[in-house]
Amino acid sequence: MKIKRLRALALASATSVAALAGSVANAVEIEYWQYFFDARVTAMEQLIEGFEAANPDITVKMTHFPYADYRTKVAAAIPAGEGPDVVQLFYGWLNDYVEAELIQPLPADVFPADRIDEEFFPMVQAMKEGDQYWALPTAVRSLALFYNERLMEEAGVAPPTTLDELMSAAAAMTKRDGAGNITQVGMTAGMTAQDHHWWREGLVRQMGGEPYLDDYKTVNYNTEAGLKALEFYTNMFMGDEPVTAIGFMDEPQAAFKAGRAGMHIDGSFRIGALADIRGLKWGVTELPANAEGERSNYSSYWVNAITTKAEGEKYDAAVKFMDYVTSDEAMQIWLDVVGELPAKPSVGMTEKNANDPVFGPFIRGLEYAHTTKFADESGQRQLMVEMVERMQLQGMSAADSLAQAAEAEQKLLDAYYTK
Amino acid sequence: MKLYRDLTIRQKQIAWAWAFLAIPVLFYGVIRFYPTGNAILISFQDWNLLGARTWTGLDNYQKLFADPVFWKVFRNTFVYLLLGTPVSLVISFVVAYHLDKTRFLHGFLRMLYFLPFMTSAVAMAWVWRWFYQPVPIGLFNNFLASLGIPQINFLNSTTNALPAILAPAVWAGLGFQIIIFMAGLRAIPKSYYEAARIDGVSTWTVLWEITLPLLKPTIVFIVVFSSIGFLRIFDHVYNMTTQNPGGPLNSTKPLVLMIYQTAFNSFDMGYAAAQTVVLFLVLLVVSLLQLRILRDR
Repeated sequence: MKIKRLRALALASATSVAALAGSVANAVEIEYWQYFFDARVTAMEQLIEGFEAANPDITVKMTHFPYADYRTKVAAAIPAGEGPDVVQLFYGWLNDYVEAELIQPLPADVFPADRIDEEFFPMVQAMKEGDQYWALPTAVRSLALFYNERLMEEAGVAPPTTLDELMSAAAAMTKRDGAGNITQVGMTAGMTAQDHHWWREGLVRQMGGEPYLDDYKTVNYNTEAGLKALEFYTNMFMGDEPVTAIGFMDEPQAAFKAGRAGMHIDGSFRIGALADIRGLKWGVTELPANAEGERSNYSSYWVNAITTKAEGEKYDAAVKFMDYVTSDEAMQIWLDVVGELPAKPSVGMTEKNANDPVFGPFIRGLEYAHTTKFADESGQRQLMVEMVERMQLQGMSAADSLAQAAEAEQKLLDAYYTK
Repeated sequence: MKLYRDLTIRQKQIAWAWAFLAIPVLFYGVIRFYPTGNAILISFQDWNLLGARTWTGLDNYQKLFADPVFWKVFRNTFVYLLLGTPVSLVISFVVAYHLDKTRFLHGFLRMLYFLPFMTSAVAMAWVWRWFYQPVPIGLFNNFLASLGIPQINFLNSTTNALPAILAPAVWAGLGFQIIIFMAGLRAIPKSYYEAARIDGVSTWTVLWEITLPLLKPTIVFIVVFSSIGFLRIFDHVYNMTTQNPGGPLNSTKPLVLMIYQTAFNSFDMGYAAAQTVVLFLVLLVVSLLQLRILRDR
C-alpha cells in the first residue's frame, strides 16, 4: 500500500516537472536588473505584469541589488555571460558601458532617432550617437524646493519665488536657543546632498555664469558668477545671521523630515519618502528665480539598455520589453508609483501632471533644466564639499577655495577624457 | 596502484600528508595568494573594472607619491596607530589590573567590559555619531549647552574629528584586550608575589619588577594585534562620516578607506591596487619590527 502511494507520488511529480519544462521551452525568459529602491521595484513589478500580459510568450525576471554593489555586480556579470539582458544604468555611466562593449545600440527600426529626438525631453539626446540611441529612460528627475507648511504659517511667510525671498523666509523660520545655538534651520544646507547640483546648474547660471564649457569637459565656474554663487551659498551658514548649519541634525533630509527645517532642496525621488511621514505637512515649489526672474534647474535620469548578452530570440524579447518600458503607459505608472517624471513632454506636460501640486514644480523645472555630464559623480561632488569645508573650517577665502576646486575638477575631467 | 605499493612507509606517510594538505594549500592558493599576486599585477595597470587592462608601468606609483591626499591619509593612518595603540594598551592594562583584584561582581564587570567588543561596529559607530551631533540632537552638545558651555564641533572639525572617531574604536577593542591581560596576569606564578611580600617590597616595585616584565609576551601580542587593527581601521570612520567619507577635508581618512573609494567610487582599480600594495608593505614592516622585538627577549 505504502509503496503504491509512493510510486503514484513519484509519477505525479515526474509529470509536473515535464509539464514545467515544456512550458519553459515555449517561453523566452529575459533578465532585468536594477538597483534596489522600494518604489522602483514595485513600479517595475507592475510594468513586468503588464508586459507579460501583452506578451504571453515572454517572461521577465527582475533582479535587484543594493545600490552600493550595483555597478560592480553589473560590470562583473555581463562579461561572464551571467548578467541581465536589459539593464538599468545611470546616464553618467553610459560612456564606460559603451566603451567596454557591455551594451548594444537600440535597433533603429523600433527606436528611430528622429522620432525620439522629437518625442523625448532634449536632455535624452546625450544617449545618442550618430543616428542611433544607446539607451532610453522611462523617467527623469529634477530639483524643487520642499517647504514645511506649518513652519511657514507660524513664521508668517509664503513659499519663496526668488532668491531674496528665499533668504528672508529662511531667516524668519530660523530659531535659536538662549546661547545662540541654532535649534531650527530656515533652510537645509549641505553639498553632500543635492546642493552641489543646485549650485552648479542653478546658482552659477542664475548669477550669469556657465558652469562648464565644451560639453562638460572644461570647468568654467572660476569666474565672477561662480564666486557670487559660492558667496550666496556659504552666506546661508557663514553670514552674520546664519539661517542654516552644515550637518544640522546629521543630514538635510533628516532635519526636514523631523520638522526642524523650513525649506529643503531635493529631487523628485524624495516625494515617496516624505509622503508617509506622520505629522509633516509639506509643499513643493519651483527652485527660486534670481532678481531677473531667471530660473535654472538640474535634471538627471536612469536609462534602460540592452546588453551584449542578449542574442537571438532573447534580443527580440528585450527589444519588445524596451519598447514597453519607454511607452507612455509605463511612464505614467512610473510617475504614479515612484514619483519620477515622465521622459516625454507629451506625458509629463499633460494638464493634469503639470498642474499637480506635488509633481507640477518638478515637471515645470524640466523645461529649464540642465544635465551635468559627470565623469565621476561622487568625485566631483566631493570637490564641492571640500570647497565649502576649506572656507568654513580653514578660513580660506571664497575666491581661493573656488579656484582650487576648479583646478582639481579640471584635473579629474582631463584624466577621464584623455584616457 | 603498483606505484603506491612500492613506496616505503616513510614515503607513504609523506604522500598522505600532502593529500591532506592539498585542501588548505589549494584554498590558500586560490583565495589568498592568487588574488594577492593579481593585485600586485593590477597595480602596474590601468583598469576601470569594465574595459580592458592596459599596462602603464610605474604610473600608478608615481601618481600615488605625488598625491597630497595620499600623504595626508598616510599620516592619518599612523595617527590612528600611534594614538590608538598606546591609549588602548594603558587603559586595558589598568582596568585588567584592578579587575583582577576585584572579587565583588567580578564576572558581571568583566562582561560589561567585554560587551562593546561583541557589538556590531556599524551600530556602535552610528550611535556615537549621534552622540557627537550639534544641538538639538547631540547628547554631548546638549549636555554642554544645558550647562551654558559653548558647543564643541566633534565631527565637523579638521582637528577634533579624528580623536572623536578613534574614541569609540578604542572603547570597542578594550574588552578583548582586558580579557587577554587578565589571562596574562593569572599566568604569573603566585610564588613570585609571595617572595616579594616576604621581602617587604612596595606595590609599585612589584608592578615594575615582576608583573610588567612577566607580562611582556602578552603585551607584545596585544601591541601587534591592535596595531594591525588600527592600521586597518575602516568601519568606524566610514560609518561616522558616510556622506563625506573620511572628511572633513580628508582629516579622518585612513588608507583602507582611500583604497575603497578609489576602487569602488572612482573605479580606478590600478590606482587602488597600488595603494593596497603600499598598505601591504606597511603592515609587513610594522609586523616584522614587532616580531623582532619579541625575539629580543
